[in-house]
Amino acid sequence: MSGVRERSVIVNGEPCRIWEKGRGDPVFYLAGIAGLPRWTPFLDRLAETRRVVVPSLPGFPGAGGHDRLDGLIDWIAATLDLLEGVGLAGGDLVGASIGGALAAEVAAVSPALIHRLVLIAPFGLYDRQSPPLDLWAQRPGSLPGLLCADPTTFAAFTAPPEDVAPAEWSIVMTRASEAAARLLWPLGDTRLERRLHRIRCDTTILWGGEDKVLSPRYAERFAAGIAGKTRLLLIPGAGHLADLDAPAATAEAVAEALR
Amino acid sequence: MKLMWFHLMPYTKLPEDFRERHNSVWVDIDRNLFDPAIAHRLYNEFMDELEYAASAGFDAICVNEHHANGYGLMPSPNLIAAALARRTSDAALCILGNSLALYNPPTRVAEEMAMIDCISGGRLIAGFPVGTPMDTCYAYGQNPSQLRARYHEAHDLIVEAWTRRETFSFNGRFNQLRYVNIWPHPLQKPHPPIWIPGGGSIETWQWCAEMDYVYCYLSYFGYQAGRETMMGFWNEMARLGKDRNPFRAGFLQFVGVAETREEALKLYKEPAEYFYGRCLHVDPRYVNPPGYASEATQRAKIQSQVALASARAQTFAGGTTWDDIINKGYVIIGSPDEVADKLREVARDLNVGHLMLLLQFGNMNRDLALYNTQLFAEKVRPQLRDLFDDAWEDRWWPKPLPRTERAAPRHWPARQAAE
Repeated sequence: MSGVRERSVIVNGEPCRIWEKGRGDPVFYLAGIAGLPRWTPFLDRLAETRRVVVPSLPGFPGAGGHDRLDGLIDWIAATLDLLEGVGLAGGDLVGASIGGALAAEVAAVSPALIHRLVLIAPFGLYDRQSPPLDLWAQRPGSLPGLLCADPTTFAAFTAPPEDVAPAEWSIVMTRASEAAARLLWPLGDTRLERRLHRIRCDTTILWGGEDKVLSPRYAERFAAGIAGKTRLLLIPGAGHLADLDAPAATAEAVAEALR
Repeated sequence: MKLMWFHLMPYTKLPEDFRERHNSVWVDIDRNLFDPAIAHRLYNEFMDELEYAASAGFDAICVNEHHANGYGLMPSPNLIAAALARRTSDAALCILGNSLALYNPPTRVAEEMAMIDCISGGRLIAGFPVGTPMDTCYAYGQNPSQLRARYHEAHDLIVEAWTRRETFSFNGRFNQLRYVNIWPHPLQKPHPPIWIPGGGSIETWQWCAEMDYVYCYLSYFGYQAGRETMMGFWNEMARLGKDRNPFRAGFLQFVGVAETREEALKLYKEPAEYFYGRCLHVDPRYVNPPGYASEATQRAKIQSQVALASARAQTFAGGTTWDDIINKGYVIIGSPDEVADKLREVARDLNVGHLMLLLQFGNMNRDLALYNTQLFAEKVRPQLRDLFDDAWEDRWWPKPLPRTERAAPRHWPARQAAE
């Protein structure tokens, strides 16, 4: 985590951790399921050319307060508080998975806030032919292989840091899963479909070719619904958390989208 | 003490190879295993058993709520309790209970329970469980992260609906009602006794103490496994300065009684193995949604008994053995005197004044359930019924109308089909 600066922004009275690295034009990133238990190689690559600003959403590692958010409008307001608090004002926003769903919501309700949008396998829609995987009804130990193409990647990503007791860390990770469930239970459908037409900015949609949580079919539904110019790109070999599975390819695709 | 007769209403025709061929007894249990014609017979036999228990002198008959569950055929225990209210006259009706967060608006629970209290002349015990994850979060789609907050708000609304003397508005976090004015309201004042079936969380114990509610531990694994939980409860009561009145607590125990121990071992082996083998075959996918257990409970490393059973079944493919069932006391089995001695020891050791007995379990048929019930009523109950009564008052028992003021249902003979 060399060179990562940390501060916090208060949302609903609770501090939310902000990580930041690099120089230049800022790019804001909302992490996926599990949040950001640690800094990642993907963010390092982005930080080579941009100032990467990474706020933690309520309930995810580094941030509390998810239990005050009772419905979608609470989540959107909290995400707006967080992004405005870190200075997103007409900048570029990247969101993955659950972070992608909220990035899209923010782009729909507050279009002026965002210049360009990158969505990495975002939640928010529901396809009857191919429903999102039930992340909260899986056998013990199977989740890493469902979220990442390489299960060891997710296991290493979420392993307890050296300075935290494993029992306490398991509570932190359970809290992140609870926060995601709080927004997405039971079907992962936030009815975002009704608001996609309000997304008017340039939007790039990235999807892991091996995503077992949300089929790449969803990418086309996003592209069809969004009013702004859209681009689709599949990351071959990557799972749902494509930026963990394929950091270089995903960072390159994001950099290309925001060039 | 109070001896209460509890029914889970298990489906008794799960196939022998259920564990091998099927995922789970709960949530996604195979629909094709359910035969409504069998259920028709089962419901009627099960209600016979409950009515017989009431007539045999048990202090209460108890029903509970499960959803999409092969060992619990009562998605609505209130329907059964309403039928029982008409067919029994003295036994308390213990609904243990309604999972409050599942009702929208929760005043539905206040209304239905008030109806049953009125129909029965004030014999209702109102049980308010949070409900298992399988029932609430999976079968009923409730958000695990909001379940407990919704439960507590529903509780507040129901108690207010039962006790306020005028129409009021309720502006809760999850429920907004302009007009709350349930009609009927309960016969018992200020409201029927409230009992809380729960796991082993300290928050639940503290809440029961604060509200002066009965805490019930519905153990599927007998008194040995339940001991730690009940000790924890009483230690917390002592810490909060509450007395050791055994009627603050309820405890569930499986029992099989016969004339001799040998006979009992022969009679109850199959239904017990059916319950512990097939009925507790729960897919571990459904036992632990995030947010269901509070962080304090996670820190205390308290796991639900279904989670433990499910984990255990994964480790030991065979599941529970007959040896465990009898030697670890999951089921107390023996002659009337042996069972009475053991239950007296359990009641004293756990300090429990409300003993709920499962005398029908697994695929036990009606004849055997009635035999078990009759022997218990005639030969075990007399040895236990006076326990605790000289020293403690049960402040948590229903207060029905005097017998002389209670309505008696009329019965007419059925017309012959030939007419």
